[in-house]
Amino acid sequence: MAKLILSMDGLVLKEIPLTKERTTIGRKPHNDIQIDNLAVSGEHAVIVTILNDSFLEDLGSTNGTVVNGNPVKKHFLQNNDVVELGKYKLKFIGDAAPAAGEKADFEKTMVLRPAQMKAAADHAKAAGGGAAAAVAQRAAAVQQAAATATAAGIADKEAIKPSAPAPAPASAAPAAAPAKSPSIPPAAPARPGGQPLGAIQLLSGANAGKELELTKPLTTLGKPGVQVAVLTRRPQGYFITHVEGQSRPTVNGQAIGAAPHSLKDHDVIELAGVKMEFFLKA
Amino acid sequence: MDLSQSLEIATCTDPGMVRSHNEDSIAADHANGLVVLADGMGGYNAGEVASGMATTVIVTEMRQILQNAKPYDVDTRTSEEIAARLVREQVLKANSSIYQAAQSQPQYAGMGTTLVVCLYYDNRMLVAHLGDSRLYLLRDGKFTQVTRDHSLLQEQIDSGIITPEQAKRAQHKNLVTKALGIDPTVEPEIHEYSTRSGDVYLLCSDGLCDMVEDEDIGMTLQTLGGNLKLAAQQLVQMANDNGGRDNVSVILVRVLREYPGPRGVMAKVFGWLK
Repeated sequence: MAKLILSMDGLVLKEIPLTKERTTIGRKPHNDIQIDNLAVSGEHAVIVTILNDSFLEDLGSTNGTVVNGNPVKKHFLQNNDVVELGKYKLKFIGDAAPAAGEKADFEKTMVLRPAQMKAAADHAKAAGGGAAAAVAQRAAAVQQAAATATAAGIADKEAIKPSAPAPAPASAAPAAAPAKSPSIPPAAPARPGGQPLGAIQLLSGANAGKELELTKPLTTLGKPGVQVAVLTRRPQGYFITHVEGQSRPTVNGQAIGAAPHSLKDHDVIELAGVKMEFFLKA
Repeated sequence: MDLSQSLEIATCTDPGMVRSHNEDSIAADHANGLVVLADGMGGYNAGEVASGMATTVIVTEMRQILQNAKPYDVDTRTSEEIAARLVREQVLKANSSIYQAAQSQPQYAGMGTTLVVCLYYDNRMLVAHLGDSRLYLLRDGKFTQVTRDHSLLQEQIDSGIITPEQAKRAQHKNLVTKALGIDPTVEPEIHEYSTRSGDVYLLCSDGLCDMVEDEDIGMTLQTLGGNLKLAAQQLVQMANDNGGRDNVSVILVRVLREYPGPRGVMAKVFGWLK
C-alpha cells in the first residue's frame, strides 16, 4: 500500500498509510494529516487514492503546494515524490509491487468443497466404473475445478493439459468460498542479481590474504561455540548479524548490535580474533 | 511434565510487504510442548478473527486438559493413547467456534483458516493439519516436508495432471481443499512421528514456502540453527526480500534433549497419588 512519510528538517515524524480514498492535509484538527504550522492552510490539500494511483490536489491553499520543487494544483504522485508544505515534507512511497497489486484480487486463497469433488467420484464409482474410473473422475473433477478457477478470473498461463478423458459434470465446480491473503504467483523472486558482488579478505590470522566471495544468500563466519556471525546477501546489499558467542563482532572497531548491520565497501570486521575487510567487486 | 528445558521455540510473524494487516496467527505453549500456526482467510478482518480464534481455542483448551491428563495416558476403553483424540477434539472445537461465529455474524460470513498444530510428548510429536500451512523437519542435515498440503495443486500433482516442477509455476496455488471453520465438521489429518534430539521443526504459512525455495529455507536453518530466533527472523526477511506477497509466519522448534514420558510402576503409583 502506498504511504506518506512526514518529516521536518530531515527528521521523520510519522508514517501515514494511504488507506482511505480521500486523505486530507491541513492545519485544522479534522484533517487526516494535521500539520499545525501557520504556513499550512486550514484545508490545504487532499490526496485521492484510486486503486494503486494517488493524486494530490491543492485545495486553494494560501501558500500553495510544492512537489519536487514545482508548485502544483493537481499532481499524479509517483514513487519518491516529495510534497512540501511550509517547513514540512511529505515523501510519497508508492506500492512496492504495483504489478503484483493488480493481480492480488485474483489470487486470494479459496476453499474448494471437497464434498462436491467426492460426490463426483462416488458418482463415477456407482456408475460401475470401478476404482480406476473413480480415480479418473476425481482427476477430471480436479481439473474441472481448476478450469472453473481459471474462468473465475485467475489468469492461467500454464493451462493444465487435458490428460483426463472428459471434463467432469458441472457438479464438480468448486463452491468457492472465502478469500485469504494472496497466494504467490510464480513471479521471479527479486534475486540479488543486479547488485555488485561482495567479498571479504582476511587481514590477520593463519589465512591472512585469503579472499572469500559472498555468492550465497547466507555465509557464516567464525568458530562455532566461540563466536559466529552471518553475512546475508539481500537486495539492499550485505548485512552482518551476530549469531552466537559471548562477544559480538565489531565493524570498524564498533561492536554491532542485535539487529543486522549494513556493510559498506571497505568496512573492517573483527570476529573471533580475526580481522577481515569487506569490499564490493566492480 | 514441563518441556521448557527440552524444547527451544522461536516464533516470528510479519504482514509481509504488500498486505496491510496480518491474517496469520501463531501461538506456543512451551511448557506443554504445543505450537499452533493458522493462516486465516475471509474478507475485511474476518481472516485474522478466524486464525486468532483457532490458535486461542486450541492453546487454552489444551492447556486446561493437560493440567489433569497426559498425552501418553491410555484411554481405558479403547486402550489407545489419548493424544490424537485430544488434539482432534480441540481442532473440532475450534472448527465449530469459527463456523458458528461465521454463521451468526454477517461480517464473518465465510471466514476460515488453515492450521498446523504440533504437540510434543514422550519423545514423539503429533501433528494435525488442514490446508496449505506446512510442517518441515531438519534432521541430520536433511530438510524435508512432513505435511502434505490440502490444496488443489497437491491433488493435481497426486493425480498426475501436473508435475511438481509445473506446480511451482502454477497460478492457482491459492485453492485449499480443507480448512477450519468452513463446514460444520472437519477431519484434520493427524500423524505421529518420533523425534530425536537435534531435530529442528519448522511450521510456516504459505507466505514463506511460496516466496522462498525449500532449498534456501533448509540452508538457512542449517547455517543459523545455532540461533533459532535469528533463523526465524531471517526466514521472514528472505520472504520479504523476495517480494513478501503474503503474510509470513514461522515457528521453529528444536529438540534440545530427550523427553520421555514417565513409565513403569512408580509413575503409575505417583499418578494414583495425584
